[in-house]
Amino acid sequence: MNLIIYDQTFEGLFTAIHDILDLNIVPDKIAGNRHFQNDLFANNYEIVTDQVKFETIWNAVKEKTNDQNCQRIFKAYLSELPEIEMLIYDYIKLILDSGYNVETDFGNDYVNKINNIQKKVSREAHRVIMFVRFQKTVDHIFYASFDPKYDVIPLTVNHFHNRFADQKWVIFDTRRKYGYYYDLENVREITIGKRKIDLETGKVDQDALHISEKLFQNLWKGYYDSINIKERKNLKVHMQFLPKRFWKFLPEKDIKNKLVLS
Amino acid sequence: MKQETIDKIKILAGAAKYDVSCASSGSNRPNTGKGLGNAAPWGICHSFTEDGRCISLLKLMLTNYCMYDCAYCINRKSNDIQRTTFSVSEIVELTIEFYRRNYIEGLFLSSGVIRNPDYTMERMVQVAIDLRVKHNYNGYIHLKSIPGASEELQHKAGLYADRLSVNIEIATENNLKLLAPDKNFRNILNPMTTIKNKITENKEERRKFRNAKRFAPAGQSTQLIVGATPDTDRQILDLAGNLYQSKSLKRVYYSGFIPVNEYDKRLPALSAPPLKRENRLYQADWLFRFYHFKVDEIVNDDFPYLDLEIDPKLSYALRNSWMFPIDINKATYENILRVPGIGVLSAKKIVLARRYGKLNIEQLKKIGVVMKRAKYFITTNELNSHSFAGLYPEKIKLALLSENNKAVNGQIKYKQLSLFPVN
Repeated sequence: MNLIIYDQTFEGLFTAIHDILDLNIVPDKIAGNRHFQNDLFANNYEIVTDQVKFETIWNAVKEKTNDQNCQRIFKAYLSELPEIEMLIYDYIKLILDSGYNVETDFGNDYVNKINNIQKKVSREAHRVIMFVRFQKTVDHIFYASFDPKYDVIPLTVNHFHNRFADQKWVIFDTRRKYGYYYDLENVREITIGKRKIDLETGKVDQDALHISEKLFQNLWKGYYDSINIKERKNLKVHMQFLPKRFWKFLPEKDIKNKLVLS
Repeated sequence: MKQETIDKIKILAGAAKYDVSCASSGSNRPNTGKGLGNAAPWGICHSFTEDGRCISLLKLMLTNYCMYDCAYCINRKSNDIQRTTFSVSEIVELTIEFYRRNYIEGLFLSSGVIRNPDYTMERMVQVAIDLRVKHNYNGYIHLKSIPGASEELQHKAGLYADRLSVNIEIATENNLKLLAPDKNFRNILNPMTTIKNKITENKEERRKFRNAKRFAPAGQSTQLIVGATPDTDRQILDLAGNLYQSKSLKRVYYSGFIPVNEYDKRLPALSAPPLKRENRLYQADWLFRFYHFKVDEIVNDDFPYLDLEIDPKLSYALRNSWMFPIDINKATYENILRVPGIGVLSAKKIVLARRYGKLNIEQLKKIGVVMKRAKYFITTNELNSHSFAGLYPEKIKLALLSENNKAVNGQIKYKQLSLFPVN
């Protein structure tokens, strides 16, 4: 059994694919160095990430298909699914071995799988854009936490950067413990050290909230309750569109808080 | 902004909730000069209420005072309800603060008519101007155009809003006159024509001058109430089809009638809003907007009502069984679109994928075709195709309906029975 171990970066994965093709290895598993379990009987190959090797494969894929398809592969990678590395390897091999652009060959299993996975990732990114809720803090930073199923925060940063250009904001991934901070000039990656935030619910501590924050949350709750048409109640559809895993971040679905208020 | 604003929100959002339009799509207003907000052309929902509808926009009425007395409306003059009015600055502040917290995609502003249409419209336009100019806000704005307001005001509204709309509410003029004596078709359709012409003019202008201000870039929409009058589905869809064509509307919304003024004997007594019918109308609407159907293929003289049991596309396929089964590997895109169980995306994928080789059932499933439905209407190059040699529409309908019921029965079967039934 041939086990390929890489450093869990996208560049690392492409380097691994480069080496596999270069050395003519038949891989049985490609695993990140943080996740792999040592197998006594496996031949381990440890990959050293190399920017040049990465670009060789990246550009070859781009040339054979297009930019958009490279984006799809990147999105599929962000899914962090256990078998995703082998799938990306199979897909890239298919692209490089075919004499034509396989991008729209939906009859092919690899094409279909990559497309379906990248669609799930895009959807999760869109959910972040939909359901992120900022809380204004005393120092006028708009803070939001999220706990996405896939590692999609990087896909959403551009959106927030374009939209909220005149306010400082932070978006923090509580599952992966990193986030982005916009300081009115640039966006940069951050980890939060000394924090005034409950990482479970994403709530900013009372004393760190801006004085107006509670009022606007209450106004929003008031709006949310009054815009509902009781005669049309349809909880099935409601739950389908607004799954419970997002509720803890939404002031309007914060049932615990609501009970305290009333 | 104080606690009393919460009460105002409750009244004026409650008054605006019967307007079903909530789309924030169709406009791609960029964020200029490091201001606040932009409009995403695909639209973004930010929450969902318990009735399953999306919240994309902050939907408010400027006031629920109204000089009109429309039978179907909760805010009619003769109703004894709590009334209040927002100031322009209150709405502006709410919009900005909600937007900054990513609660909403923008503002939907409607209003009861006070004093006269111009007076009302002017204050609504002022909200849009303040948002755009004072606050450099580039998010979405949808303004209700008040019928009877001056052309100048409507023009101004279009320059600051992304979408304008005038609601027709009732699909036939006679019934409109019966329920809303203060309104008539001319007063509603005229502003629509004005808006349409201005949008066309503006497009021309922008072709010549790229910096010309845009006029209602997300177009206009309207709403029809379903079930308040005896109008048939055919009359409703004919009107809708007409509006899409002659007025270039972006959307027609259908709103199942909710009896808010039960005392008014001109209105039917309904035990529940006609949600199924509303749903079928939306499905039909989709068919002529995205599936290349003509209105008279869906409803016509012989078939004035949509089938409530099955969706209009399946209903069409069963009535026109002569055109099936079609060969997935040869049929045109338009014909593939007509197969129940195949959506726009699947149809596009099929047309692309079959260039690489013939497709079989297994592959169709993976592409996303719902074979449970589609199997009766297609053939592939496989020998044991599921398709019926001769199609018996009644049998297919029964088979598909029992398939649906099976799921329902399965649930009931395993449901724990209550020891002490309440009632």
